[in-house]
Amino acid sequence: MTVIHPNLKQLDAKMSAKDVSVFYSEKQAIDNVSIDVPTGHVTAFIGPSGCGKSTFLRVLNRMNDTIPTARVEGTIELDGEDIYRSGMDVVQLRARVGMVFQKPNPFPKSIYDNIAYGPKIHGLAESKEELDEVVERSLTRAGLWDEVKDRLLDSGTALSGGQQQRLCIARAIAVDPEVILMDEPCSALDPIATAKIEELIAELTDRYAIVIVTHSMQQAARVSQRTAFFHLGKMVEYGQTKDIFTNPIEERTKDYITGRYG
Amino acid sequence: MTPITLLLIALGLALAGWLAARARAWSFQTAPEAPRLAARPNYHGWYVALWIIFPVLAFILLWSFIEPQLVMQAVLASPAANGLPEFGFERDSILAEARAVAAGQSDAVFNPAAQAMVDPFREAIQKNQWIGIAITIAIALVAGSLAFLRIKPDFTARTRVEKAVMAILLLASLVAILTTFGIFASLVFETIRFFGMVSPIDFLFGTFWAPDPMSNPTNPDGSRYGAIPLFWGTIYIGAIIAMIVAIPLGLMSAIYLTQYADPRLRAWLKPALEILAGVPTVVYGYFAALTVAPAIRDAAVSIGISNASSESALAAGLVMGVMIIPFVSSMADDSIAAVPSAMRDGSLALGATKSETIKRVLVPAALPGIVGGVMLAISRAIGETMIVVMAAGAAANLSANPLEAMTTVTFQIVAMLTGEGSFDHPATLSAFALGLVLFLVTLALNFVALRVVKRFREAYE
Repeated sequence: MTVIHPNLKQLDAKMSAKDVSVFYSEKQAIDNVSIDVPTGHVTAFIGPSGCGKSTFLRVLNRMNDTIPTARVEGTIELDGEDIYRSGMDVVQLRARVGMVFQKPNPFPKSIYDNIAYGPKIHGLAESKEELDEVVERSLTRAGLWDEVKDRLLDSGTALSGGQQQRLCIARAIAVDPEVILMDEPCSALDPIATAKIEELIAELTDRYAIVIVTHSMQQAARVSQRTAFFHLGKMVEYGQTKDIFTNPIEERTKDYITGRYG
Repeated sequence: MTPITLLLIALGLALAGWLAARARAWSFQTAPEAPRLAARPNYHGWYVALWIIFPVLAFILLWSFIEPQLVMQAVLASPAANGLPEFGFERDSILAEARAVAAGQSDAVFNPAAQAMVDPFREAIQKNQWIGIAITIAIALVAGSLAFLRIKPDFTARTRVEKAVMAILLLASLVAILTTFGIFASLVFETIRFFGMVSPIDFLFGTFWAPDPMSNPTNPDGSRYGAIPLFWGTIYIGAIIAMIVAIPLGLMSAIYLTQYADPRLRAWLKPALEILAGVPTVVYGYFAALTVAPAIRDAAVSIGISNASSESALAAGLVMGVMIIPFVSSMADDSIAAVPSAMRDGSLALGATKSETIKRVLVPAALPGIVGGVMLAISRAIGETMIVVMAAGAAANLSANPLEAMTTVTFQIVAMLTGEGSFDHPATLSAFALGLVLFLVTLALNFVALRVVKRFREAYE
């Protein structure tokens, strides 16, 4: 059903979804989506509003569990392990598959405590020194260290929107995940802050499998290597980003890329 | 009797004015080539009716003060008044009795001397009644017709009526505020009288409370008016024991209700919990006195504390804590629910468990709201009277032993005001000083709590 672009190389899948359908009560939000997400690449999900791309993203670390009416069919594997099998530890899953949300949501705690939160609950640091180190490393990797190193004890909510979002990325990095899911991470930010986040995503690409949902096709083109186009709950086309944007196969993809709808 | 008659007359006239004005306004509208009315006929009716009612009401109020004096003057001027005693209690009682009979409030006089006064009273009352009715009608007619004459097609009756409605509403809200000030002023006034007899230093810092209402009121013993044991009892029962019960239970039930309970269960549990807030405090009081206090005494005796009292701070505090649970839980519930779900999602997405998320993110984020709720609960608890009257005992003990009887500010206010002392005795007046302290403390607590809660609301909007 999904058109896989012929130029797309088969890589080892970090996460792999097979025939995934998602329902909210009776309403079907995702219809039979299969996709592999590799490490070392940014995979972008694009598509018009309500096409199911955010729903699909939230299924990947079981954040949809917080919605009582949501139901998932099909299998999703992380390193070959089905994450929806009974006995799967959701807490461990989410430590391995981190998430950054649409609106920056730092906790109303200090910058330090925002970053230290994850390592503390997962017992990743033995001592205060180790914790300090994790905080510094995460903030550095998120490109925020120089801006906040002198005020680590200020509230995280006092930062600007773009800084808050980088704080949230640093917070996700701090628990040492393997996959990072980003749900329109720049939609609440101005262009300069957006540029910084995009730069950051590019720097993080090597270490993680990154999946980003975005409304902006330019952003998908700039930051991702692979792009999947979603429409009405179905994954229409999946391929290398440059192929999707320059040489789409499906008519609907072409229409969306050229701004016919969406 | 008379004011009600006058009021009925006024209402009747107002109705007549309303009908007449409305009919007149209608007549403008139905006339050929009718101009467009600036207000609907009903508003013209209300305009005239209000112009009748307000002046008449003002007159009735004034009249109910003046009329008795006019009657009295007329009676004293009559020849029958010559036989009255010059001054004093007997003269007053004769006049009062005669007046009651004349007004139809009692059937016959006891004191034969009063009999002669009945007829002059009756005459005077009747005369004045007619005067009152006449003036009422005159005022109503004058005000009503002045208003009526202003009715024209382009008369903006609606805006004027709306303004009058606003004035009435403003007046209504002022009543509550002015009453508060009045209460405060009366407390202050009586407290100043009390402090004229007993030094504020003795009162605020003394540790011995045993006012004797039978002692010589002109020279009270200040050392018997030390209110510290009462303040301690109030704080110990209301702010310590009750809160030890109410804060954990209230907070935990709020967490369960917002985070764990199935929506259907929540729909049942939350109202059930709020029923606790609707139980009359006197019912809590006898529950504390008849069930909890003896149970505590028995338990204490069984573990070897032989001198346990059957009235204890613990019993009153425990029951008060239960009473306060709904306050704490509903405030905590609201605050936790007000924390944006993005906070919760952010924590869950980092691999935190539900209870970690609640403990480390939701409750800290909701803390200001929870603290505000607790402060409101404390101010409620320390002002609580019935439970402590029934269960805490009357002994002003300065002790940390929860099994001992203690007394609170509210209890002593009740005791002093219902005691046998005369009203200007310092023992009685001390109730006002206690009341003022309580008033100021609860006022401060409420003020701070509301500020804290408001700040918290703003933080998430």
